[in-house]
Amino acid sequence: MTQNISRRSFIKGGIAACAVAASGIPASASGADKDKQLATLLDIGKCIGCGACVEACSEVNAGKYPEPKKPFPKMYPDRAKPEDWSDKKDVNDRLTPYNWLYIQSADVTVNGETKTITIPRRCMHCANPPCVKLCPWGSAKQLENGISRIDPDLCLGGAKCREVCPWEIPQRQTGIGLYLDILPAFAGNGVMYKCDRCYNRIAEGKLPACIEVCPENVQEIGPRDEIIKKAHALAKETNGYIYGENENGGTNTIYVSPVPFETLNKAIETGKGKPHLKAVSDSMGKANNLVAALAIAPIAGIAAAVGTFYKHSRKENEEKRDEPKE
Amino acid sequence: MSRKNNVRYLYLLTVFFITLSGFGQMPIFKRYYIADIPGLGWLARFYVTHYVHYICAALLIGFSAYIITGYIMAGRKNSKLTVTGYLRGALIIGLITTGILLVIRNFEGYIFSHNLIIFLDLSHLALVMLFLITSLYCLIFKKKWTTS
Repeated sequence: MTQNISRRSFIKGGIAACAVAASGIPASASGADKDKQLATLLDIGKCIGCGACVEACSEVNAGKYPEPKKPFPKMYPDRAKPEDWSDKKDVNDRLTPYNWLYIQSADVTVNGETKTITIPRRCMHCANPPCVKLCPWGSAKQLENGISRIDPDLCLGGAKCREVCPWEIPQRQTGIGLYLDILPAFAGNGVMYKCDRCYNRIAEGKLPACIEVCPENVQEIGPRDEIIKKAHALAKETNGYIYGENENGGTNTIYVSPVPFETLNKAIETGKGKPHLKAVSDSMGKANNLVAALAIAPIAGIAAAVGTFYKHSRKENEEKRDEPKE
Repeated sequence: MSRKNNVRYLYLLTVFFITLSGFGQMPIFKRYYIADIPGLGWLARFYVTHYVHYICAALLIGFSAYIITGYIMAGRKNSKLTVTGYLRGALIIGLITTGILLVIRNFEGYIFSHNLIIFLDLSHLALVMLFLITSLYCLIFKKKWTTS
């Protein structure tokens, strides 16, 4: 296979390589190679549930948190309810617009011993994210390094992303965003918020805050294929279990646990803002399978038209032939 | 019922469902109680509207290919497209083009630029609005697709 490298892409690649070299972080963590999405590996066995990652997340992302205008505009019909977390900014036992990462805990039995397993939970950053692909306005975007993020300047807060997300990760804050400038009473309901895996820090060559501050090195980041290999090696070494490799067609957040995820899922508290750990089929894959029909459709249409045309032509010729000659 | 009428009714049914499922991509049917109407609950289920939209898109592309091929093969002897016929045809081609690009975008690994995605989303919506307005005009003023 030949590779075409334009002057622009060469210069861009060169700049990226220089930036990576200057930053001091591993080249793999910078996303310089656009063919490789970055994934994170979370070794749950190491997590002590100290919450340092949660605090660091709040600190570095504080500038991105919503500052809604109150009172909220009255919405019609009444079914559209405001979702307001601005007076509950300190809630940290679930995902909210002000808390993009939280620690889930599960009391389970490991080798006959009861212990508490703690699991940092945030957006899984799916390889093919339905929140991004199904957003009707293009407010959610996927970066080349695999990060999915919601643009707060474009999001109208319809919460479709939350509904199509298998883990219902994005959380809504009413009273902020573009909808206020359009038809606040009749369309939109704020802005959706979720982990953007510190996209701005990664662009600067830094690590996501939750990874940087973890005292137990629970997380690491790198190209997805490398992270998958490491996850399998770790699972083999610890007799552990993997979550996130195949869920929803594959995600960029890979958990390795000493306990089966079915067991963990039964032990954790799930619900609004508290994602499950169930097996998840490929949400986008099902619709993408229908694309075969889209490919066949024009061929079928042309074939039907040609068939009809020749049938008519033959009929016309037969009629002409059958006409009495003078 | 003639073959021509069958094709016409199937085309109208496809346009109806593709438009309905297309608007269902926006979170409006539940908010405005339309999905509460018996038989329309599926409009509030985004994956269902997504599948219906794809299936109807396949039918629309099939019909378009059938009609365009038939028109070309007839050599414009029997009928000629009217101005509103050209306009509606151009709008449908625009919808199919932007739709196909959005379908490609939905595959894993196809990361389009953010501006292109916004353009495709908004132009797809604008084109369908224009198509509906044009179709309504043609219905009221009895404008046909072809001269025959």
